[in-house]
Amino acid sequence: MILLKLKEKYDIPIEAEVISPDIFFDKTHTELCGLPLYYGNKEKKLGEVFEVEGEKSDQIYLEGDLSKIKKIGFGMSRGKISIKGNVGLHLGAFMKGGEIFVEGDVDSWVGAEMTGGFIRIKGNAGNRVGGIYRGTTVGMNRGTIIVEGNAGYEVGSFMRRGLIVILGNVGDFTGSYMIAGTIFVFGTLGARTGAGMRRGTIVTFNPVSLLPTFKYDTTYTPDFLRVYFHFLKKQGISIKEEYLKGPYRRYHGDISELGKGEILEFAA
Amino acid sequence: MLKIINGEVYDPLNGINGGIKEICIRDGKIVDEVPNTAKIIDASNLVVMPGGIDIHSHISGLKVNAGRGLRPEDHRRMVIPKTRITRSGTGYTIPSTFATGYLYTKLGYTTVMEAAVPPIGARHTHEELNDTPMIDKGCYIVLGNNEFILRYLQKGEYEKARDYTAWLLNATKGYAIKIVNPGGVENWKYGQDVSGLDDKVNHFDVTPRQILTALAQINQDLHLPHGVHIHCNNLGVPGNYRTTLETLHALEGKRVHLTHVQFHSYGGENWSGFASKAPEIAEYLNQHPHATIDVGQIIFGDTTTMTADGPWQYRLHKISEKKWYNSDVELESGCGIVPYVYKEKNFVNAIQWAIGLELFLLIKNPWQVFMSTDHPNGGPFIFYPYIIRLLMDKNFRDEMTKRVHKRVLKDTVLPHITREYSLYEIAIITRAGPAKALGLTHKGHLGVGADADIVLYPKLENKEEMFERPVYVLKEGEVILQEGQILKDWTGKTIFVELPENKAFQNEIRDDFEKYYTVEFSNYPTGLETFARYESVKVSI
Ligand SMILES: [Zn+2]
Repeated sequence: MILLKLKEKYDIPIEAEVISPDIFFDKTHTELCGLPLYYGNKEKKLGEVFEVEGEKSDQIYLEGDLSKIKKIGFGMSRGKISIKGNVGLHLGAFMKGGEIFVEGDVDSWVGAEMTGGFIRIKGNAGNRVGGIYRGTTVGMNRGTIIVEGNAGYEVGSFMRRGLIVILGNVGDFTGSYMIAGTIFVFGTLGARTGAGMRRGTIVTFNPVSLLPTFKYDTTYTPDFLRVYFHFLKKQGISIKEEYLKGPYRRYHGDISELGKGEILEFAA
Repeated sequence: MLKIINGEVYDPLNGINGGIKEICIRDGKIVDEVPNTAKIIDASNLVVMPGGIDIHSHISGLKVNAGRGLRPEDHRRMVIPKTRITRSGTGYTIPSTFATGYLYTKLGYTTVMEAAVPPIGARHTHEELNDTPMIDKGCYIVLGNNEFILRYLQKGEYEKARDYTAWLLNATKGYAIKIVNPGGVENWKYGQDVSGLDDKVNHFDVTPRQILTALAQINQDLHLPHGVHIHCNNLGVPGNYRTTLETLHALEGKRVHLTHVQFHSYGGENWSGFASKAPEIAEYLNQHPHATIDVGQIIFGDTTTMTADGPWQYRLHKISEKKWYNSDVELESGCGIVPYVYKEKNFVNAIQWAIGLELFLLIKNPWQVFMSTDHPNGGPFIFYPYIIRLLMDKNFRDEMTKRVHKRVLKDTVLPHITREYSLYEIAIITRAGPAKALGLTHKGHLGVGADADIVLYPKLENKEEMFERPVYVLKEGEVILQEGQILKDWTGKTIFVELPENKAFQNEIRDDFEKYYTVEFSNYPTGLETFARYESVKVSI
């Protein structure tokens, strides 16, 4: 295991895409301390910013107020990063595999455009959880993100595959332009949920105000929810008995696009 | 002072075809001789050519900048860090201004023409060109849908149209007259296009044919150094080769340059019948030396299409289902931008690719056909070396031909063409030819008096690699690049024409300006104070 303890809190963001199991796994302690970080436009060494313990491992443990440390786990494909404290922007963006656990809040773009792996956040998340960078037309494509607190705007925007679960509330434009994939929101949804979605599923347990381009289909209890709930229970998330029973109102849309997406609204 | 010795020189304008020749440089120009104290560059095993000249590229101004804004994803695909000498930049198909200058230099190009500037965007274009380092540059002013021109032609007032053009080129510091889909862009303001040379333009009782012939005549009467630069009607439409040939017929005897002719050489009545008519176009050009073209070769992959041809861009947006930018440039022009991906296995794209190569290979006289991808419409200019390899290496071309959609093998003549370009011919289509067509007498050659814009390429078997990595690039005699490294952040000149003007004519348009334009008449012209460096080409009538 490699332990990184932040020496002091920074006000200027630090770009730290080197903090990744893919880079750490074969580095000696000296090599680790010499890895470059960008403090604004100046280079700093990992050893200057963090106290570093351990070497040659793809298990990384971080501690401190990391809310100005950006791009941790950027593009990682293996191993595990555990973080105690708040984290900055782009955590696990472009991630391909491995796991990230955070005991704290994270800033925007968690797991943006990821193609695999598992992210779990104990606190709140910023905007664009599993979302896209501007201009991308195919977003998150496989992988799982669980946020136990609230999340901001554009959760799972342009998502292609994968699962996003938010236990708290979310902002506007959840699942906008979704191509496929699944989003669960246990709290409340903001405005324009599923705007422009082509396919995919958004499940909500609170009343949701929908765009006029979503059409009501039926009220029923989909079987597949049982499979997801089983998975979530295994993750230690308690699911109310009534959610299993249903029923759910099904709407399809966005009919201004392909219109094959669905929003399931708990109806009991 | 500098002397380049032992180099294998290709200088077609002076008839030098691979001979070993010394090149002497003093005060930025090529001279007869220099004293023995001059610095020497030993060019043994290197090929020496004049700097490359791009006759048609989109690198600056309203639409290019709108394209950058429309495509943030394009910025992420190419990120160029700052160095001690050069500035940072981004953008794969639409590089930022500084990056554009560096990337052209890395190919050995030293002069680039921005091919479509609506007059009201001239100041913006020039400001951006000031921030495009390394290269010399100039711009073409779009006139084919300008409402002043349309109105003068409607009333039969040819002289006024001519005086307006002279005033406008001076005011905008343009280098040439550009026509884009004459009449069609004006009709697009009403959701329509024109389908041929004899359709009427809405509200103006004129036809594309009248616009073309009048502007070609004006071009002639004003003695502009370049021929009239035309993007024909019906770009991209199956069967459009007829319009292209009709345009050439209509302008017979005039100096014309047709641009990105690949996009205008299509047969078939619909997309499923899409076919190459490059042989027909080539045949015409082989019979008619009055016309020159650039090809607009496509490059497989992602790119950004941008043109003043608004109606076509709307069609492309419908075909590609990609995002779309549309703009109406007040009394002057229009503009559309759509991202596009050319795919090897898409039969239309594969045939387009073949058409470009057929034009290069079937037009016999290399002084009539020039290198271009219509950057970034057919693909980014950074792929010129790949095109050069396709032209110089029949085996490589055959390999590629087998890789793309099989209808290229079946339906085009490309597989049967055995021609391979020589270095001499490459020097013509990439520098000497464009210089001649542009009337840039001091560029594109290595004779005494020419600008010392010179490139030294390594002599390599793989021609793509050869033209991708110049060993030296000199601008006005200064070494600005060596072994792939940029040594100087050079400020190039902006080149424009300076025409004698009928001063009284300004009173004709002042009122209309004040009434209909968003810009004050007196603020409209681009002043000399705008330019970091400039060179005006004085034209006498
Ligand atoms: Zn063009």
